[in-house]
Amino acid sequence: MNSAPRLATAACAALLAVSATACSAASDNSGGSSDSHTYTIWDPYPQLDASSAWATLLNECGTKAGVSIKRTPFDTTDLSNKTLLAAQQGNAPDVLVVDNPVVSTLAEAGVLTTTAQNKIDTSAVDANLLAAGQSGGQTYGIPIGANTLALYYNKSVLQAAGVDAATVKDWASLTAALARVTAAGKKGITFSAIGTEEGSFQFLPWFWGAGAALTKIDSPQAVSALSLWKDWLKQGYAPNSVINNTQTTSWQEFATGGYAFAENGTWQLANAKKLGFDHGIIAIPGTNGGTAPAPTGGEFVTVPTQTDTGRYATSDKIVTCLTSTDNSNNTDTALSYIAPTRVVQDRQTAANPDLAVWVQAVRAAKGRTSDNLGVKYPAISQQLWTAVQAALSGAQTPEAALTAAQSAVK
Amino acid sequence: MTMLLARDTAVGAATSAQRRRRVGNWSGWAFLAPVAIYLALFYAYPLYRNIDLSLRNYTVRSFVRGDAPFIGLTNYQAVLRDPTFGPALTHTIVFTAMSLVFQYSIGLALAVFFNRRFPLSVTLRALFLVPWLLPLIVSASTWSWLLNSESGVVNAGLHALGIAPVDWLTSPTWSLVSVIIANIWIGVPFNLVLLHSGLQAIPVSLYEAAALDGAGGWRRFRHITLPMLRPVTAITLLLGLIYTLKVFDIIWIMTRGGPSDSSTTFATWSYRLGFGNLLPSFGLGAAVGNLLVVTALAFGLIYLRTQRRLHSA
Repeated sequence: MNSAPRLATAACAALLAVSATACSAASDNSGGSSDSHTYTIWDPYPQLDASSAWATLLNECGTKAGVSIKRTPFDTTDLSNKTLLAAQQGNAPDVLVVDNPVVSTLAEAGVLTTTAQNKIDTSAVDANLLAAGQSGGQTYGIPIGANTLALYYNKSVLQAAGVDAATVKDWASLTAALARVTAAGKKGITFSAIGTEEGSFQFLPWFWGAGAALTKIDSPQAVSALSLWKDWLKQGYAPNSVINNTQTTSWQEFATGGYAFAENGTWQLANAKKLGFDHGIIAIPGTNGGTAPAPTGGEFVTVPTQTDTGRYATSDKIVTCLTSTDNSNNTDTALSYIAPTRVVQDRQTAANPDLAVWVQAVRAAKGRTSDNLGVKYPAISQQLWTAVQAALSGAQTPEAALTAAQSAVK
Repeated sequence: MTMLLARDTAVGAATSAQRRRRVGNWSGWAFLAPVAIYLALFYAYPLYRNIDLSLRNYTVRSFVRGDAPFIGLTNYQAVLRDPTFGPALTHTIVFTAMSLVFQYSIGLALAVFFNRRFPLSVTLRALFLVPWLLPLIVSASTWSWLLNSESGVVNAGLHALGIAPVDWLTSPTWSLVSVIIANIWIGVPFNLVLLHSGLQAIPVSLYEAAALDGAGGWRRFRHITLPMLRPVTAITLLLGLIYTLKVFDIIWIMTRGGPSDSSTTFATWSYRLGFGNLLPSFGLGAAVGNLLVVTALAFGLIYLRTQRRLHSA
């Protein structure tokens, strides 16, 4: 009858094995900066695999700085929470490439070092782009590149409707063009008004183009911008599906060839070449003409806080290498971004004159967290996309939706 | 001498019994340990953390530093006073009740249907399991394509019938209906499987006796099938309730709780508070999550109580 103790021993051994693997699993995390020869980099480019130019560049920059690189890509919506959790556990990555509106939030959390601490040189970067990474007089990183929004148009649809894209200069002429296209039996415009940050991102050019400011989102100018979208839906110039469209599904609608216009970003340039029809690009017009300021998109390269501050020097070398003129040109071309410095922008337009309209748009663009909004922006943005959804779905009028939004911002 | 011997063996027996009991205790604990440690690590601790989160004022800064101040029930008060609370509560109740009613009745109808043997019945039953086997992200994405107001096949079908298109996912009146339909479709197989196995446990002799007494199909269903299925029904509905209360992925993928909160339930609201914004409010998200946990727990207790009453009766 001694099988019971033997079994118990076996169970204990099994338990030990389990807890041992549990322990080893806990210490083997993907962040972690315990090893002085391995530097961790997190980025939001899961579409770029280990053989991509980006991954190769990271390794080259690591080699130049005399360390090896451990790269972990995350989905961009995941990255800020992953970083917060890692920082809480004290194993944030050495270098973090992160979407620009998140920078001020992470800075507020105390996760990021300032350029004064990490010694990254940002002098060559365009001021309007760098502004998205600034908060409370400090700069928390350097943009890797920038993208923004413009209007893609389908040449054959416009031609069939007898519309010349060059005549689209302000909201009135754009709406008139949409009316003619719809009368000709085609669809007018597609965009993304989804209830996430993407929805606010797409609404901002119209919001700012009307002269509204994020500090007062129920101003008459803001109402006029939302009414413009609402009327497009009511008249059938824009499909009802925009309420649930991401920028990707909106692009897929445009790619069917049935739409005259699509509001979309620089990152679609490579896909635009694969469209089965001729396309053109114009800047998004302001209410009374001119170019509306579009929000800047694109990521910042940042250096999260470490307990071992000695690591910053090497991180600085890696970041400087990543954002150097030559590498910036290659990376931004690969990501289909506009470079953040004039030198590289000129080089990009010299190589590809089509980019000129985008360079103009990026120079006119504005950071979402600029105007000293910083961490106030996420709350405002959430109320803004909520109001857009309420108005477009018919739950509330544009005035009522924006008034409710402003009072909810607090 | 014999007495001495007897006492000796008695003492020996006693100590060995004691030793055996002690060994038995230890091995008992050892056997219990894996489960106990597992429960503590993966159930008790996360639950404790979630309660702790909901009682503190977490900002991004205090989350990272771990020094969030204790604020008692303020988060719960804020959640109760939030304008989203009322609609979210209504939607959660409607979503759960409608899903359960339709999942159960369709599942039961199919189970009774498949209980009769006919050619291909096994193949057909297996096909009915497909919605259950598909990853939720696949089925939810498929549903949102089907119901797309511009290019969805459902609106194309309505158009062919001469009915005006419906904005399934983008109008405040239809979004909740759409996610309920998708959730019913996903939940039917689960009900079908459980109820089908319940049906097979009912002795055929009961039906034969009833048929001899002249009971028709409806009366046999009403007076034999339904009462005999009661225990299976109870557990099916309870599990269904808990699954449905926490349904998140289908709604989030199809409508993101919108437009303007028209399909927001507690599950999606909790996620939106905690993760749906660039600036997460973990405390509020945890508070909403805990309300869900408490609701599920309450129904679990009701179930246990009725079970006990059934057994003692």
